[in-house]
Amino acid sequence: MDNAFQTALRLILEMDPELLGIVTLSLRVSLTAVVVASIIALPVGAAIALWQFPGRGVVVTILNALMGLPPVVAGLMVYMTLSRAGPLGELGLLFTPTAMVIAQVILILPIVAALSRQIVEELWGEYREQLQSLGVSRLRAIPTLLWDARFSLVTVVLAGFGRASAEVGAVLIVGGNIQGFTRVMTTAIALETNKGNLPLALGLGIILLLLVATVNGVAYVVGEAARRRLG
Amino acid sequence: MKHLFRNLVAVVAVLGAVTAAQADDRYITLASTTSTEASGLFEHIIPEFREETGIDVRVVAVGTGQAFEIGRRGDADIVLVHDTTGEKEFVDNGYATERADVMYNDFVIIGPEDDPANISEADSAADAFARIAEAEAPFTSRGDDSGTHRAELRMWESAGVEDPSGRWYRELGSGMGETLNTAAGMNAYVMADRATWVAFDNRQDLTILYEGDEALFNQYGSLLLNPERHPDLKHDLAEQWHEWLLSEDGQEAIASYRLRGQQLFFPNAE
Repeated sequence: MDNAFQTALRLILEMDPELLGIVTLSLRVSLTAVVVASIIALPVGAAIALWQFPGRGVVVTILNALMGLPPVVAGLMVYMTLSRAGPLGELGLLFTPTAMVIAQVILILPIVAALSRQIVEELWGEYREQLQSLGVSRLRAIPTLLWDARFSLVTVVLAGFGRASAEVGAVLIVGGNIQGFTRVMTTAIALETNKGNLPLALGLGIILLLLVATVNGVAYVVGEAARRRLG
Repeated sequence: MKHLFRNLVAVVAVLGAVTAAQADDRYITLASTTSTEASGLFEHIIPEFREETGIDVRVVAVGTGQAFEIGRRGDADIVLVHDTTGEKEFVDNGYATERADVMYNDFVIIGPEDDPANISEADSAADAFARIAEAEAPFTSRGDDSGTHRAELRMWESAGVEDPSGRWYRELGSGMGETLNTAAGMNAYVMADRATWVAFDNRQDLTILYEGDEALFNQYGSLLLNPERHPDLKHDLAEQWHEWLLSEDGQEAIASYRLRGQQLFFPNAE
């Protein structure tokens, strides 16, 4: 373990350009995925919370179940779709960062949608009478509810980010772990483990943890500042 | 839901456009084996090729079985693997138009230093395998349809061990490095390609116990994919890589690669 911490420290101090590239790509892929997934999943989650429709229970159950979608399965689905022999093969997206973003969006989407559904539904219970007495339609209520739930929803989005930055199964299959092009922190860790270079692998793991902690820390500080300003 | 689907399509289209705009077309995707990547060979030879031709090579390193599958689906422009029998079948089935020997090294049989099956005194590789089966000493197998796995299965056959099984025989379904990690953890015997072994750090008690038999020869071959099957691939660029590997420059680049003072790959193009 000591060795791993020393390795992590040395890597950080050296600012190795290859490592910087890997770190940048990891953040770029996972942050893009979390933004895209949130733009789609937050309104969808809120809509499911507000509307009653036949089969709603089934939709909610499926959404909740998909939170446990194995990354390898998500990766395989995207692989089969983007492969030249697959339906979207002509786009030539396999083994690119874009393919990795798509796979991670599929992984995060159910998490953000299912958890935001839960949160908005609870809030809707509190606000419903008031909003309806003001004549606000359900559609109009969505932005209000999402805004008022924003502090809880930040945690939801961070959960999605955590899932994206931690998974290796999907990005390995659709990205191919190509050096200098699709290699991210998790696939680099897997590769170093394969080389039997365990201290380096663990050192990279420590750096990844620090990165995720930093993103979470920034979100926390921004959230606290906003909360205080709003009293 | 319709809305969601439309959003998704739009997002994919935008992302696709962004990538396409950024893409530099002077590159090929090479499906190859973990041994060539993990040993650092590609990091040594690809820059030389890039300097001469301006073409970059993106390596997707997987097991040989999976590399064949990637080639069949047209997800790489060219394939470099180590299973001569499988490669010839690949050509016969029309997936590739040409196969050429590029380089070789050898497999080694690795095990715990105290060598419970006493294979260091074996007369041949087949004898070494027979001794392991006889002693029922723990053996970790790749079990992943890789080139090394296929070679290992042929060794059992020539050792007269039909269908190795039992508590001593552990089929892992993992890459070479992961299998070596497991073997080190449980002090098991394992067959590995020399390149991965030399690059491997987590050896613990493991050491090479048997080497040098001709049966452990490990040939690497380059496969040019069939343009009729996949007209959209970069066959021109792929052919330049193929030709370069076989050329004097390419062969010299392979021969000059050293890791920990050892030459890991020996060029043998005709």
